[in-house]
Amino acid sequence: MALLDIKNIRVDFPTRRGVFTAVENVTLSVNPGEILGCVGESGAGKSTIGNTVIGLLEPPGRMSEGEIDLDGKRIDNLPYEAIRKIRGRRIGMIFQDPLTSLNPLQTIERQLVETITTHLPLNEGEARQKAVDLLDRVGIPEADIRIGQYPHQFSGGMRQRVVIALALCADPEVIIADEPTTALDVSIQAQILDLMRELCRERQVGMIIITHDMGVIADITDRVAVMYHGKVVEEGPTQKILGNPDHPYTQSLISAVPRPDVRLKRFPLVEYIESAGEARKELDVANHWLGKARDFEAMDGPLLTLEKLHMRFVTRNAILPRDRRYLDAVKDVSFDIKQGEVFGLVGESGSGKSTVARMIAGLYKPTGGNIFFAGGELTALRTEREKDRYRRQMQMIFQDPYSSLNPRMRVLDIVAEPIRFHNLADDRKETETIVLDLLEHVGLGAAAAVKYPHEFSGGQRQRISIARALATRPRFLICDEPTSALDVSIQAQILNLLKDLQQELGLTMMFISHDLPVIRQMCDRVGVMRHGQLCEVAETEELFENPQHEYSKHLLDLMPKLDVLSHEGLEVEQTK
Amino acid sequence: MTLGVPGPTDMNSKSNQTYEVAAKERTGLADVLRRFFDSDLWFSFRHSPVAIISMAVSILIVFSAIFAHWIAPTNPFDLAQIDLLDSEIPPVWLPDGDSRFLLGTDDQGRDIFSTILYGSRVSLLVGFASVVFAMAIGIPLGLISGYYGGYVDAVIMRIADVQLSFPAILIAFLIDGVARGVLPRAVHDEMALYVLVFAIGISGWVQYARTVRGSTMVEKNKEYVQAARVIGIRRGTILVRHILPNVLGPVLVIATIHLALAIITEATLSFLGVGVPVTSPSLGTLIRVGYDFLFSGVWWITIMPGVALIILVLAINMVGDWLRDALNPKLR
Repeated sequence: MALLDIKNIRVDFPTRRGVFTAVENVTLSVNPGEILGCVGESGAGKSTIGNTVIGLLEPPGRMSEGEIDLDGKRIDNLPYEAIRKIRGRRIGMIFQDPLTSLNPLQTIERQLVETITTHLPLNEGEARQKAVDLLDRVGIPEADIRIGQYPHQFSGGMRQRVVIALALCADPEVIIADEPTTALDVSIQAQILDLMRELCRERQVGMIIITHDMGVIADITDRVAVMYHGKVVEEGPTQKILGNPDHPYTQSLISAVPRPDVRLKRFPLVEYIESAGEARKELDVANHWLGKARDFEAMDGPLLTLEKLHMRFVTRNAILPRDRRYLDAVKDVSFDIKQGEVFGLVGESGSGKSTVARMIAGLYKPTGGNIFFAGGELTALRTEREKDRYRRQMQMIFQDPYSSLNPRMRVLDIVAEPIRFHNLADDRKETETIVLDLLEHVGLGAAAAVKYPHEFSGGQRQRISIARALATRPRFLICDEPTSALDVSIQAQILNLLKDLQQELGLTMMFISHDLPVIRQMCDRVGVMRHGQLCEVAETEELFENPQHEYSKHLLDLMPKLDVLSHEGLEVEQTK
Repeated sequence: MTLGVPGPTDMNSKSNQTYEVAAKERTGLADVLRRFFDSDLWFSFRHSPVAIISMAVSILIVFSAIFAHWIAPTNPFDLAQIDLLDSEIPPVWLPDGDSRFLLGTDDQGRDIFSTILYGSRVSLLVGFASVVFAMAIGIPLGLISGYYGGYVDAVIMRIADVQLSFPAILIAFLIDGVARGVLPRAVHDEMALYVLVFAIGISGWVQYARTVRGSTMVEKNKEYVQAARVIGIRRGTILVRHILPNVLGPVLVIATIHLALAIITEATLSFLGVGVPVTSPSLGTLIRVGYDFLFSGVWWITIMPGVALIILVLAINMVGDWLRDALNPKLR
């Protein structure tokens, strides 16, 4: 008999448009000391399972079938008060965002001691001692001093450790962790996962980890359940599922994961997940509007050159200059991008890579240095009219597909806006034709033109963004984390699309990402950034095989090792 | 995603057809109505009895005010129709009531029901006009303040703070006093309506400016605004075409509640004697006129317009409350 048994559950959410079944026919079990991974893309129902087990389903959601047993006793039909006692006492929880999981107005001590005394028969002193021991165990230095501090005095990684301590403090039998490392940087993610695995073995706790990240699954779980549309499509030992998946969904999901060790020609077909809507229409670019009238002056040498680019933000303003505080987000960054090249910029959050992109795109005015683009000096331009000429040649794709499109405009108007602004078409009819062609070219289909952004999924919206960026017929495209908000299979589609467009249109591209495997798939050359400085610029293969800078080595070491993942169906690109 | 696709020509004609079919479905009044009746707003409206009733009452009052000419049994301002012998008749349900006068008559023999209909027309006119006036000042200032920030923002918001430290009534008194001093009496009566609209509007713009400023500061950092900047779209166009439509939701809520407030302020001012003249009375003027008779037993002259005012303001306020909840699900 397993520790936690989820038998054949079904969860329904009644909505005004009928009943939505979030989870159906799901049977899972966890043994003591075992880590079960629950992996799936957004909307697969994986978080719903976690919430059902701890009795925290958002109303009006309800479990309409099945049962949940903890240690042989049924818990899903208990009264509210009884479930509340189990929650925290016998089932611990770790949530995604460590900042919202802790009460900012109370010290760590108060929160830990309160939880301990609520659930265990200990007095204040004993509870405090236990809390200090726990903090020490989860790796917080000087635990007996730091216990008196408030959550904001801890860094993100430390906070997540406190949350783990909080989940452990009543000696639970089962822990449910919902995306425990998604909000953390890579380097901290690795430490937290190690800690969780150790604790799980040491205390013989059964753990369910809910995540969308194959790296986490490969790293830490013993068994894995793959979820798709509310159902478990495949379950088994992690090695087996990742290395030799049976179900076509698992196969396509795994083939869509960017690999750190090889560079693919393109990602294999991932049509199982979300069809792009319409087949992508290939255009005869040479004779089409998109390829025609590319009236850019031909030029030699690099398309873009940055010289000692510097950006300083005022973080605290004051009348007296000496009282002002500054943040140097970008410090003397110089590099160049050749024509037709894909240049990657990689770094952790806060390294200044987006700031560089925004300065090039003209969203920020650099406080020092020069930007040369297509034979002109962007930093010397003063009037809007002068800038327009360069704006046409340079476009940007943003990270968040949900905020990068104006919700009150139709797709037709969104994509047509740059064409109209720069007077690129002769009349309304031509504008319309161009927009429809563009939409088909990015794989959306012409009927998309009359809809509003909210009618599309994240991946489809990113395609609209790409169509808008292409509408000025740019020669240079800046992609600022274009796929980091997307599911892995959608990411594969978008990366394929960007690759195809880059080749067809001969685009020069700057590709920004924190994700090294993605960089490896996309880029010819890479710059590594840290704390606003450029550490190293190298050919992609060179960087991955033989990094020179200490920080590059460090970053590469932190990459999740995905060797276990099946390589079936992957077309590896031969290195030049 | 497959790449093998039919040749460009036949694909083109086919795609243009699908677009035209889709475009046809998506344009015109029918589509607007279809999308409205499918929206969450309509759903929430249908499921809120309070909203339905208060909306119905509001619409009823607005319509009867607009069409007072046809609905009112008499024209109380047409001297030929007034008979002093009919003065101070109580409402029909009282012993001395007269079936010609539903809510009784005032001291000059005018039908109170008719005066209320004509009076609510003046009240609503002043209310709507001052809301529009306040919006016309507040929304642009809020947009500019939120988008440009820095000194521009500081100056506009300090002006707003100063504005907030005067109650609307005080400003109205001030403007009315100045107007009285400057303009001859005849002109002043004519101008009274505009003075009221100006006074109520000028004290209301701050709320719009603050709300729009807040939403603008959120919207301007969204990536669609940055995308527009990368294209090269000028600031003015970005403000009007991109940001404005996205900050109007909360404005609608404030406007509804402000309408009720404006009507009350107008009534207060008219009651105090700085509002519209007796020759074209609003609800507030009617209440004041009847006030003298309140303790002589002829209470209906003042109570009836008072009740009408309460119903009108209550109905509009409840529509506003519902709208606020429906547009901001976080409040629930």
